[in-house]
Amino acid sequence: MKLFGFRGGVHPEALKHHTEAHPIRKLPMPRRLYIPLQQHIGAPAKAEVEAGDRVDKGQLLARSQGLISAPVHAPTSGTIVAIEERPAPHPTGLPVKTIVIETDGQDRSFLNATAAGDPFNLSPEEIANRVGQAGIVGMGGATFPSAVKLMPNPNSPIHTLIINGSECEPYLTCDDRLMQERPNEVIDGIRLIRHALKANCAILAIEDNKPAAYAAMMHAAEETGGVQVIQIPSRYPMGWEKQLVQIVTGHEIPHGQLPGGVGVCVHNVGTAFAIHRTLRADHPLLSRIVTVSGGAIKRPQNLEVPIGALISDLIEFCGGLTEPPARLVMGGPMMGQVMPHQQVPIVKGSSGILALSHHEIDDGPERPCIRCGRCVMACPVGLMPLEMGAKMRSDDVTGAEALGVQDCISCGCCSYVCPSKIPLVQYFNYAKGELQSRRAAKSKTDQTREWAQARIERLEREALEKAELKAQRAAAKAEKEARSAERKAAEKSQ
Amino acid sequence: MIISILTLTIIGAILGLMLSAVNRLLPYKEDPLIKQVTEILPGTQCGQCGYAGCSQAAAAVIEGEAPLTLCPPGGPSMARQLAEILDRPLEQQSSDDIVLPSLANVISEQCIGCTKCIQQCPTDAIVGAPKQLHMILDEACTGCGACVEVCPTEGILLAEMPLTLGNWRWSKPAKPNPFRTPAISREGIA
Repeated sequence: MKLFGFRGGVHPEALKHHTEAHPIRKLPMPRRLYIPLQQHIGAPAKAEVEAGDRVDKGQLLARSQGLISAPVHAPTSGTIVAIEERPAPHPTGLPVKTIVIETDGQDRSFLNATAAGDPFNLSPEEIANRVGQAGIVGMGGATFPSAVKLMPNPNSPIHTLIINGSECEPYLTCDDRLMQERPNEVIDGIRLIRHALKANCAILAIEDNKPAAYAAMMHAAEETGGVQVIQIPSRYPMGWEKQLVQIVTGHEIPHGQLPGGVGVCVHNVGTAFAIHRTLRADHPLLSRIVTVSGGAIKRPQNLEVPIGALISDLIEFCGGLTEPPARLVMGGPMMGQVMPHQQVPIVKGSSGILALSHHEIDDGPERPCIRCGRCVMACPVGLMPLEMGAKMRSDDVTGAEALGVQDCISCGCCSYVCPSKIPLVQYFNYAKGELQSRRAAKSKTDQTREWAQARIERLEREALEKAELKAQRAAAKAEKEARSAERKAAEKSQ
Repeated sequence: MIISILTLTIIGAILGLMLSAVNRLLPYKEDPLIKQVTEILPGTQCGQCGYAGCSQAAAAVIEGEAPLTLCPPGGPSMARQLAEILDRPLEQQSSDDIVLPSLANVISEQCIGCTKCIQQCPTDAIVGAPKQLHMILDEACTGCGACVEVCPTEGILLAEMPLTLGNWRWSKPAKPNPFRTPAISREGIA
């Protein structure tokens, strides 16, 4: 298959050898699970259970609220200990509402293991509904509710389904192992998504540094047909949706648009697997595969982890730490988030836990920009990181916005290649946050003005009503007086 | 009768023409800046700035009597907008500390349900009825503090909006590199 080119990108050392050869192991069920109500983009889920309730595996814990939201389910049986604020898997560890389950080790299932009919007979709407009810979100890390992407949109029909098996982040091998070990399930999931979208073709794109996964998927795809498996060159950020669409179809997605705009839909292999489980076995999203790696981990490997297990549970199962980690990261080393401590839970979008040792991180002192332009070459979006960085250094957010900082995807390529070690991507995150605050403040001011106006109008209306009432009363009084005067006059005349 | 109607009509017409001529020849020059600045200000006439209302505040800030940061409900973003319009430098706030707007909170033990605050609130953000506990809608509250002043029991407090995952933002990278020294406490929580 002919591939198209794209600009930018970097070739970081893959470092996948730590984990790519070890089979996926199941994490023993931890004693307690901490399940945040917000694990996805959109509105947080609303708790349906209370402290003290006993729950079974697969039972609904919190309902989705609104169109862009996702429910959460109990990963195993046990008792709800509390619904409270707990540190979120976020760089600040700020609190997020979390359901705490004390597991009972029985794994009593609420689910009915027998599959209900052939999912290929379901309509696209039914498939999207069931995927939505199963709480499936983008498993590559974006955590966008998958059902929204499956809902048929008559305005932009999907002709091509691309399944993202690129896994371009260094260290991570969870998708690689998934494709090697469960290829038939992944292919089935892809065929189901294709059926739901009524796409003409389904393409599974795998980076060429994963030959074993490619061979396994090729084999599985040949058996069933309907899915084309291709190899794409290894380059970061190949797994970024727009980049993937460009290299496979040649379409560049315009500024501010989604892949649906060019008739393409992108899902991750992990999502395809989760959709297969939901539609074939009525199994909501209860666990995910997580790569536990990094120089400070004793036995790096891939684990199948129930949602809500703490990072410390995973690290303990992998033999603990060989040294205090210089940095604890959730996700990949390029786009992942630094974690405040080990007591935060695994969520639906956690693809990896990296405990990086001192020699794996490189933060030398920041030096002046020499305007070498390497960041411009590396930027996959086509921005000028050096110029935007200079603007942000002097807090010129408007200037950075004019240079397109809103289109930055925070892939970190510019920071990676910068010979002066300027924290460029951090500057852009700062800029995007600042712009977001400004938008929020502006909408609040506009709203305030509206409300103030409404109040003024209300007061005027009330004053008017009062005046009218007063006038009416005065008129009534005058009439009464007139009448009594008439009566008196009449009496007198008699 | 006819003479008096005619006389009055003629006098009226002449006076009208004179007025329109004066208006055309000697137009009243309203400072367009005042209009521009008044549009930016919230228009709640809350009086937090110390001026009678928003248009007086606009005049004062244009004259340079009031600082750009005069409007507490408007916050830093309004100060920035004013700085742009008036082309005056805004003193840089240190970007390390995140400035969050304040919100009013009713202390439920102290509220006697007098409805005084409800009548004062410029955005109708307080809900309640006589002798019932009042409540403040966070989305509509501008933190102007008008309610705090009228509360007879000191039952309303202004407090900074709590930092949440929703309003948290990345701060400007500290020099040299934000991750060299952990910016966040790594103390575990049991």
